[in-house]
Amino acid sequence: MVQPNPTPAHVAARATRAADRAVPGEEVTGAEAIVRSLESVGAEVVFGIPGGAILPAYDPLMDSAKLRHILVRHEQGGGHAAQGYAHATGKVGVTMATSGPGATNLVTPLADAHMDSIPLVAITGQVGQALIGTDGFQEADIVGITMPVTKHSYLVTDPDEITRTIAEAFHIASTGRPGPVLVDIAKSAMQASTTFSWPQELALPGYHPVTKPHAKQIREAAKLLAVARRPVLYVGGGVVRSGASAALRRLVDLSGAAVVTTLMARGAVPDSHPQHLGMPGMHGTVPAVAALQKADLVVALGARFDDRVTGKLSSFAPHAAIVHADIDPAEIGKNRAVDVPIVGDLREVLGDLVPALEAEHAKVGRPDLAAWWHQLDTWRETYPLGFAPTGDGALAPQQVIARLGELAGPDAIFASGVGQHQMWAAQFIRYERPNTWLNSGGLGTMGFAVPAAMGAKVGEPDRPVWAIDGDGCFQMTNQELATCAINDIPIKVALINNSSLGMVRQWQTLFYDKRYSNTDLHTGQGTRRIPDFVKLADAYGCEGIRVEHERDVDAAIKRAQEIDDRPVVIDFNVSRDAMVWPMVASGVSNDDIQYARGISPAWDRED
Amino acid sequence: MSRHTLSVLVENKPGVLTRVAGLFARRAFNIHSLAVGPTEHEEISRITVVVDVDEHPLEQVTKQLNKLVHVIKIVELDAESSVQRELLLVKVRADGASRSGVLEVVDLFRAHVVDVVPDSVVIEATGTSAKLTALLSALEPFGVREIVKSGTLAVGRGSRSITDRALDRVRSA
Repeated sequence: MVQPNPTPAHVAARATRAADRAVPGEEVTGAEAIVRSLESVGAEVVFGIPGGAILPAYDPLMDSAKLRHILVRHEQGGGHAAQGYAHATGKVGVTMATSGPGATNLVTPLADAHMDSIPLVAITGQVGQALIGTDGFQEADIVGITMPVTKHSYLVTDPDEITRTIAEAFHIASTGRPGPVLVDIAKSAMQASTTFSWPQELALPGYHPVTKPHAKQIREAAKLLAVARRPVLYVGGGVVRSGASAALRRLVDLSGAAVVTTLMARGAVPDSHPQHLGMPGMHGTVPAVAALQKADLVVALGARFDDRVTGKLSSFAPHAAIVHADIDPAEIGKNRAVDVPIVGDLREVLGDLVPALEAEHAKVGRPDLAAWWHQLDTWRETYPLGFAPTGDGALAPQQVIARLGELAGPDAIFASGVGQHQMWAAQFIRYERPNTWLNSGGLGTMGFAVPAAMGAKVGEPDRPVWAIDGDGCFQMTNQELATCAINDIPIKVALINNSSLGMVRQWQTLFYDKRYSNTDLHTGQGTRRIPDFVKLADAYGCEGIRVEHERDVDAAIKRAQEIDDRPVVIDFNVSRDAMVWPMVASGVSNDDIQYARGISPAWDRED
Repeated sequence: MSRHTLSVLVENKPGVLTRVAGLFARRAFNIHSLAVGPTEHEEISRITVVVDVDEHPLEQVTKQLNKLVHVIKIVELDAESSVQRELLLVKVRADGASRSGVLEVVDLFRAHVVDVVPDSVVIEATGTSAKLTALLSALEPFGVREIVKSGTLAVGRGSRSITDRALDRVRSA
C-alpha cells in the first residue's frame, strides 16, 4: 500500500500556520532566539555537538521541552543523521555545530544533501563579530567554504536578524527543490539581547519556486504519451521528495507505460508493480536499461539525466522524444535536449497529467502497447537479476542482502553506504514504499549508512531501520554507534564485510588487470580482522553477531530483529570476489551493457 | 561561441558578487567582463556581466543564476537594442617631443586628458569595446605605461526600466 507522504513544503506550511506558536515580542538573548525559532518553525530533533562558538545556544537548548538534541560523536555523523531523519520523514533535518573544525566537518553532509536534494538546516557558531576576518581561534569562513554546496547560506552578526533568518532557512530548505541551508551565527550575536517574535515575515524577493505546471505543456506531454508505442516513465528522486508516489501510481496504471526507478527513486513505485522494470543505469537491470535505449518516448519525472543513468550521453535513449518534468528549471535541458519541458512540483504535474491523458485517450483511444510489452517481457525473462554462487565458498553478498530484504519486509527502512553493497541493496531488496531506501546517490559518500540510519530511526522509531554497510564505509562513521547505544536508537547494521574496498576492487579486477592497489582492508575471514567488528560492536554497547556460513544468515537476521534495546551489528563475512552485475562501464553506451562479465545481450535478435 | 551581455539585478547584500562569480567559476562559464554598482534603488544592485558562451550554455547560465536566492531578475541586452559602454584610463608617455601627437589622438577619439606631468599624461575615454581598442592601438606607438579598464555597462534603449518591476518584488516581499 502506497502511503502519501507529507512533503517538506507541507510540513513547513503546517508549522507556520500553527497559531499557538504566535509570539508578539519578547526580550531574549540571541541564543534564546535560536532555540525559540527552531521550536516555532516546528523542528523536533537537532543532531549536533557543542563547542566554543556555539556554546551560548546550547544553554537555552538544555531547557527546551520541544527540541530533542542528540549529541553525536562527529559533526559529519550529525549532518548525515539529519539527512536520514529528513529523508525518512519528509521534514527538515537540523544539525548544529561549532565554528572552525566543527563547521568544516559539516561540509560533506551539506554537499551530500545538495546533490540529493535533502531539506537540511545547519546551524553553526561563528567567532564573535570582532574576531571575524582575523584568523581567530577556530575561525573558518564556512559560508565561503560551503557556497558551492548549499542551496543558500547566511552569516548572521546582528542578533535582530536571527529569528527571520532561521525562518527563511527552513522555508528555503523545504520549498522548491529541497536542499541544505547553512546559518552561521556569530557568538557575539548569540550573547547580545534582541526581541523574539513569531511568525516572521520572510524577505526573499528573488526566491519564487514554480510549483504549478504550464497547462499547455501538460497537454503536449499527454498527447505524446497517448500515441507513443514504446513509452518509458523514467522516475527520479524528485517524485519521492515531492510525495508524489500516489499520483505517479495513477499515471503508471493509466498510461500502461514501462517504469524505471533510479537509485534515488527506489520505492517511488512498488517493485511488485507489473510495469516496473527496476533500476536503470550503470548497474541497472537489463530490461530497464534496454527499455530506455529502445523507447520512442521517455517521460522523465524528477530525474536529472545523471551520467550514471545515461552512460555515454550522446547514445542515451537515441530514438526517444523527451518529456522532462522537474521543479528545478535548470535541470531541464541541462544534459539532454527536451521536447516538452514542464516546470513544476511533481505532485501537481502528475495531478494535472492524469486527467489530461484521460482526455487524450477519450479523443484518440489508448495506444496498443502489446508489442512493446512482448519485447519487455522477453528481456525480463531472458535477463532477470541474478548472481553466480561464490567460488571460494564464502557467503554470496547478494544472497545475504536479498534474505535481509525478505525477512525485514516492506515496512523496514534501509540506509546504505556507497559501493557494491549499495548497488546490491538497490537491486536485491524489493521496495514497496517511498522513503524506505536512503542512500548517498549523487555525492557517493562512504560512511553515510550508520548516521543516516540513526536519523531515520529517530524520525520513524516504530519502523525497523537497517543500515546496510560495507567494511570500508563502516569504518568512516561507526563512532555513531555510541550515539545510538546511549540515546536508545536501536538501529541494526548489516555489515557486508568483503574485507576490501569492494567496488574499487571490482574496477581493479575489470580494468586494472587485477592489480589490487590499496583495496585490502584486512577485516574479513582469514585475516587479522582489524578491527574485529564483533568486538567493536561489543565495545560500543551493541550486540555483535558474526555470520560466516549461509546456513546462519536467517537466524542472525531473526535474532537481530528480536533485539530492540540496543543496536545490533551483524558482521556478514562475504566473498570478496563477488561483483555487481549488470554493468555499463564508465563512459560507454548503455547499448553495451554487460549482463555478466563478457556477456552482452544480443539486441538485434530481439528487435 | 558568441558574446552575451546580461544585466543581473540582485539584492544589495554582502557576498552577492561572490555568489555570482563563484557560480560562473564552478559551472565553467567564461566571464569576459564584470561591472557592479548601485542602482536608483538602494535595495538593488546591478551586475553587468559579459560572457562568451554558446546559446545552450547561456540558457544554463541564466537558469543557474536565477537559482541564487539573492538574484531578482536577469535580462539579456543585445547590442542593437541597448547602449553598451566601457571606461578606460590609460597612462601614456608624453614628453615635449611627443605630447602634441598624443593630444591629437585624444582629440580624434573625443577622449580627455585628466592628468599631466612633464613626461606623461593620463587619458580618460569612454565608448564601445571596439572604440577603446582602436584608441589603445593609436596610443601604442607613444608608449603605454598603464591601462585600467572597467567592465561593460549596458542599459536598454527606450523608456522602459528593468528595475521597476524588480523593485515591486523587493518591496512586496
